[in-house]
Amino acid sequence: MEAGGDTAAPAPGDAEDVEDTRFPSEEAGDGGSVHEGPPDPEDEGLEDTGLETKDQPPSLLSPLPQSEAPSCTCGLWGPAASENSPMGGPESGSGGQGGDPSDEDWRSKRKHVFVLSEAGKPIYSRYGSVEALSTTMGVMTALVSFVQSAGDAIRAIYAEDHKLVFLQQGPLLLVAVSRTPQSASQLRGELLAVHAQIVSTLTRASVARIFARKQNYDLRRLLAGSERTLDRLLDSVERDPGALLLGAVRCVPLARPLREALGALLRRCTAPGLALSVLAVGGRLVTAAQERTVLAECRLDPADLQLLLDWVGAPAFAAGEAWAPVCLPRFNPDGFFYAYVARLNAMPVCLLLLGTDPEAFHDMATCRRLVEDGMHTLGAMRALREAAGFSNAPSANAPAYSVQAVGAPGLRHFLYKPLDIPDHHRQLPQFTSPELEAPYSREEERQRLSDLYHRLHARLHSTSRPLRLIYHVAEKETLLAWVTSKFELYTCLSPLVTKAGAILVVTKLLRWVKKEEDRLFIRYPPKYSTPPAAPAASTDHASHNGLFTGP
Amino acid sequence: MAQAAAAPHPRATPGQPCVFKLVLLGSSSVGKSSLALRYVKNDFKSTLPTVGCAFFTKVVEFGAASLKFEIWDTAGQEKYHSVCHLYFRGANAALLVYDITSKDSFCMAQQWLKDLEKEFQPGEVVVMLVGNKTDLGEEREVMFEEGKEFAESKGLLFMETSARLNHQVTEVFSAVARELLQREERKKDQTQQRDARLALNERPAGQAKCCAH
Repeated sequence: MEAGGDTAAPAPGDAEDVEDTRFPSEEAGDGGSVHEGPPDPEDEGLEDTGLETKDQPPSLLSPLPQSEAPSCTCGLWGPAASENSPMGGPESGSGGQGGDPSDEDWRSKRKHVFVLSEAGKPIYSRYGSVEALSTTMGVMTALVSFVQSAGDAIRAIYAEDHKLVFLQQGPLLLVAVSRTPQSASQLRGELLAVHAQIVSTLTRASVARIFARKQNYDLRRLLAGSERTLDRLLDSVERDPGALLLGAVRCVPLARPLREALGALLRRCTAPGLALSVLAVGGRLVTAAQERTVLAECRLDPADLQLLLDWVGAPAFAAGEAWAPVCLPRFNPDGFFYAYVARLNAMPVCLLLLGTDPEAFHDMATCRRLVEDGMHTLGAMRALREAAGFSNAPSANAPAYSVQAVGAPGLRHFLYKPLDIPDHHRQLPQFTSPELEAPYSREEERQRLSDLYHRLHARLHSTSRPLRLIYHVAEKETLLAWVTSKFELYTCLSPLVTKAGAILVVTKLLRWVKKEEDRLFIRYPPKYSTPPAAPAASTDHASHNGLFTGP
Repeated sequence: MAQAAAAPHPRATPGQPCVFKLVLLGSSSVGKSSLALRYVKNDFKSTLPTVGCAFFTKVVEFGAASLKFEIWDTAGQEKYHSVCHLYFRGANAALLVYDITSKDSFCMAQQWLKDLEKEFQPGEVVVMLVGNKTDLGEEREVMFEEGKEFAESKGLLFMETSARLNHQVTEVFSAVARELLQREERKKDQTQQRDARLALNERPAGQAKCCAH
């Protein structure tokens, strides 16, 4: 084990993109083959653009404000900005946080995410009211079309300590303006998730249709109510990193026999048109089953599953049974499924039944009763309540475990994503992590930890010089990130740990995960529901046509 | 819909209440979910925008008869309008909810009535106009008389409520239940009459009260 890598912490002020800033002292492993990270191909182009624009930001930024928005834009993310005339309309938005680009509070946010239409019409802003930002958004459109007019596409701008990432998706433009150490490709991943969220409520086709008919349509009308979902999605990146960063879902720790019994139960309980059944607790997966007849050829993308988990975890589903259309952007961005969502026994346990028939509500409700009865027979409710009950965060009804369970003193937190699952089980990327406990109970602390994880992730997955192992001594903690062919691991240790001590802790952790892996992960994802009359056609699939596509 | 087809309002045989489907319609944040929550669980909390449609059931004892409400609490947001017909198909009753502090929501309720009229024969559904949030009386934009007049002109039932203060919420549902049972009774009489006198063409006088056309 080589733990000798880079011991020097990157200076806190150093907000250069880690992808651009190479650390010559590091021992870079040839980890190229182990990569499971976010899609890389875009990155090469991105870095080019990035470096190019970085050399000459004024040329890009300065001509535009004159034409579009006098004196306002640079001030947005340039610390040197001084008097910006307050502009934009009254703060009638629900954001209520100001949102005036001259507003100190608004500008001090670490990361802004905007969604706007091609015509520059504001659709969403993480902070502030979008009305006040129409001028700012106009400038973004101008930037994009300026580069477009040269037959190119703008991907990112690196300006002082800020990164601006642009993502064009059909008639929608998504922009992240960030001071966090996240890499451009990580930010792009977030923008993609935001876009997927929008598509999941409206479908790509209807968004395209709307803007084809009326270019200056105000999409906020249709997205009303979805803003909070987007807020939650973006907040989760900083508060409880993992899912988006690792492109994996988190499972509820559960004894394997019970999990398998639940999987079998879901497969048994079917309804006409039922495509997918999911049991979840607090946005974490218990188990899922996919119906063969409906989704025979296509497999569910983990990003779609994560989207569903986030969706059913929403407090809006707290009461009653819900029936709503939902689109799975990776599966088919243009079509709706119909989802039946219910909390079982007024517990945090949530059942999602996804079907194709818009009128099947009562069938689904019947199916739910079957599942519920089956769970009572299994005594699963109690086990799940116990799993959910551990959580000491009162707000999150999330089942979790304490890092103490590992029994490795000095270990504060970790993210572990197994990569060694047998081929036909690889279809469900998963990760596990303990509850964030003190000292990571406060917002700022969590943000710091999330930043560190992102920084390490970006370096492990750097396109040009990926690393296998990083030992990083930060100001308030020590981190060790390690990727092998078997796992991807990020650990956060006490700041006083020695290098040898860290290795000891990590060894202990790996041993613990090995011992607990049947409980922590779905080792054998359930496959299709009971085939009504197994079609002979799919013989080849039979052995490995599980639930999920590989990464 | 399924339920309506499966159980075409059976008479209340003991232990088997008639099932009525009731939809809550109206623009977003007028208090549809709050009304449902107050009625079904006697609870009030600030709710988040409904996703699609939430479903509740409640059995009401009504003198000798009992009936079961299937309450479909629809999302008021525009993105769900296109799928709303799914929800109100086969409904027996509809509550058109508006917020007395918002003129817009009152106009939207009228729009919803038009949609309902497109989907249903006059008199097929019991429609009640509900002005919610009377606890915010000082911000009132829609006068009680305004609502009442509109309701009368269209032959709707009408009430003002406060889900927060639990003011008249149960009454709303009871009034609808009473009307539903009466109509059921009348329908039964009607069929009996029709069986007796096939040539009869005119409507029974009682029904005219509830249908505008």
